[in-house]
Amino acid sequence: VTSVTDLRPPWHAEPCGPLSEAVTAALLSGTIPDDDALRVPPHTDPWGEDLQLALYLLYELHYRGLPGVSDSLEWNPDLLRARSGIERVFLAALEAEVPRGRSVADAFEPLLKEPTDLSGSVSAHLAHHADLDLVREYAVVRSFYQLKEADPHAWALPRLTGRAKAALAAIEYDEFGAGRPEALHARLFADLMTGLGLDPRYGHYLGHAPAAALTTVNLMTFFGLHRAWRGALVGNFACAETTSSPGARRMIKALRECGAAPAAVHFYAEHVTADAVHEQLARRELVGGLLADEPWLEDQVAFGCDATVLVESRLAQHVLGAWQSGRSALRHPLDGAVPAA
Amino acid sequence: VEGPVEVVTAEGTVERSDRFMTALCTCRRSGTYPWCDTSHRPRDHM
Repeated sequence: VTSVTDLRPPWHAEPCGPLSEAVTAALLSGTIPDDDALRVPPHTDPWGEDLQLALYLLYELHYRGLPGVSDSLEWNPDLLRARSGIERVFLAALEAEVPRGRSVADAFEPLLKEPTDLSGSVSAHLAHHADLDLVREYAVVRSFYQLKEADPHAWALPRLTGRAKAALAAIEYDEFGAGRPEALHARLFADLMTGLGLDPRYGHYLGHAPAAALTTVNLMTFFGLHRAWRGALVGNFACAETTSSPGARRMIKALRECGAAPAAVHFYAEHVTADAVHEQLARRELVGGLLADEPWLEDQVAFGCDATVLVESRLAQHVLGAWQSGRSALRHPLDGAVPAA
Repeated sequence: VEGPVEVVTAEGTVERSDRFMTALCTCRRSGTYPWCDTSHRPRDHM
């Protein structure tokens, strides 16, 4: 039986190097190459578009599939082997930059202070230079995660017990709209995109995705798909919930100043108050409960948090660097327009 | 506190939160008072 995910618009991501080219060809044809084309070529940049796009495409098979790609490829052993090779390179790059052996207190303490220096913050930049073109670009940058918000963290549920499981399920219930489809956070983000005149369909802007945006999603998918990394997945989630509220407050200011639709403001207004609650539950009950059950995972929770801070700061540097030099932060600008710096 | 909750503010207005749990502001610094928006966080002096 060949079941194909074809209910979505055509797949827009064109490959950007030998690895993503080989992965794309294998996915679309369903044929695995005989040579080493699916192996990571030596000297491939672990943070670059070729590797990150290849990994993102392989991971999509575990979420909603890709248009025109057979659903049966999700558990194809050759593609899993290829994915594993890419993950090894990605993990080595993370481990080279993120210190191991830190405590949860070490990792989270800096996040619980409001930084006085916000020069590296995209939301602070937008709050001070509200510009609709930049706000639209940033929505596209965020869409690769926000249109599946909280999905990767659901993979932790069967791997947790007791307090940690109850806390994660409660937060996820809120993320998934508390029984109301119109309140799904991913749906609120789709409404934000519509409010900004963007196409809210899942995967529509994949061809625009800069590597640094895909990296933030690949990190949580990597932690999510491997039970061995459950501590890091919990660290990633708690980090995101802890840092979200202040950034959301700045985004509300930015969106209001550039006259964005109320639906766009609503996404961030919901996140200010929701994540103030989620943060408390995530740190006390989810992290606290997990470490009460499995104290040996503390170093991994800290690693998950620190790795999240790393990939988020790489993304912010990419976005602000592009804007400061008058370039688009996307692989291809929206509507062919170059945003003003 | 566990929700849903209704809070009567000093001005006599009633604010309602349907969330399964609600973080109430107790420091009065919140821009979304009576709900917490994490404005209580200390500034980081580097």
